Amino acid sequence: MSADEIRRVVLETLSAIAPEAEPERLAPDRPLRDQLDIDSYDFLQWMVALHERIGIDIPEADYPRLATLNSAIEYLASHASASQQ
Amino acid sequence: MPLLGADMEVGKLVEWLVQPGQKVKRGDVVAVVETEKGAVDVEIWEDGIVDALVVEPGTTVPVGELLATLRSEGAGAPAVPPPAARPAPAGPAAPAPTAVTPPAAAAAMPPERHKISPAARRRAQELGVDISQITPASTDGIISIAEVERAAHAIVPPLDKQEAMRHAIAASMARSKREIPHYYLGNSIDVTRALDWLAQENQQRSVKERVLFAAVLLRAVAIALKDVPELNGFWVDGQFRAALPAHLGVGIALRGGGLIAPAIRNAQDKSIAEIMSALSDLVQRSRSSSLRSSELTDATITVTNLGEQGVETVYGVIYPPQVALVGFGRVAERPWVRDGTVQIRKVVQATLCADHRASVGHRGALFLSALDRLLQEPEAL
Repeated sequence: MSADEIRRVVLETLSAIAPEAEPERLAPDRPLRDQLDIDSYDFLQWMVALHERIGIDIPEADYPRLATLNSAIEYLASHASASQQ
Repeated sequence: MPLLGADMEVGKLVEWLVQPGQKVKRGDVVAVVETEKGAVDVEIWEDGIVDALVVEPGTTVPVGELLATLRSEGAGAPAVPPPAARPAPAGPAAPAPTAVTPPAAAAAMPPERHKISPAARRRAQELGVDISQITPASTDGIISIAEVERAAHAIVPPLDKQEAMRHAIAASMARSKREIPHYYLGNSIDVTRALDWLAQENQQRSVKERVLFAAVLLRAVAIALKDVPELNGFWVDGQFRAALPAHLGVGIALRGGGLIAPAIRNAQDKSIAEIMSALSDLVQRSRSSSLRSSELTDATITVTNLGEQGVETVYGVIYPPQVALVGFGRVAERPWVRDGTVQIRKVVQATLCADHRASVGHRGALFLSALDRLLQEPEAL
């Protein structure tokens, strides 16, 4: 999965959780939780959606690494390529 | 029309899910009603056979209005023939066309006497408005609070849905602060062990089965209530009525504003994993507006977790007729004296606000200390 595809999946799954938000207007390095007003339940739903779309089971200990748009894309890109090898 | 919230005045019948002649059991969902808090599945409270559907889909009626009649099984045909066949709604939840004739009940009344909900009547009295001078704008012929206020102030902009919910919360919370002598207690609880235990548990679970810490807190509240049952129940007609099963109302924020507190039923009989799946189900259905009426009305105590927004301590307002509310703030690392040394521990502020008519502070303190004790042994929860 390319970085562009991952970015698209991240934005699509986020807008499913916060339908009224406009993901393309997110500041890439600010915490998603603050920008989208999502709680831990929403965050867990996002992890489930990413697991379904990308196939990575993200351990709870790694949740902080998905705090911003950029860090999430970076994390998912590195783990998606690792799991394909 | 059932009362689906402390200050609900009217509800709109969206859809019938039963037909005349159909057998129903207590607990069956028979209709969908739209309230200020969203669409609710209405359950029936008795076994029997649906006799006649009195109110048509798309109609708004005041609380207490007859929606349908039921006859007991074995009873003969109804004395009054059911109303003539009515056109079925175009589809699920389709609003009735605006040009329909007013429903039979309203049409049968003389035009100068309009229906009014009890709350609107009270408001009219408060404002000194003559309700016979008000002509309701809606086709259902019911005078709303908004119309009473418009009559009093000449111009009041119409309530939109969010304002309507704001209005319902305002009325319920004002009643709480007016009537309930609240007392507040707080306790800092070291939850390091509970969080470590949960992290280990979650490592063994797939992402779909992971448990949020909120479920652990809810389980601890349910068990601690066994020690102090006077926090669990209702204050009705000047006395406390204990509720035997604990149905924990969970404060759920709705996207775009608004708040509801549907219940996790029989929480004392549910494991942490079962509470988690009940919680997921409630959050999802709250946000998609598909809650059942009993879930919105039968909570025996409310638990609210505002820690997600970063607050340390919650000073709650009791949701009448309940008698207590438990609040949890943010879990934060704190310097904590333990075994004679200062250590970094994860700590949460638990608060209890309770109705002093139903319990005393000493008992409330026992509840918080039970909560603390239970959270020190998460594996036993």
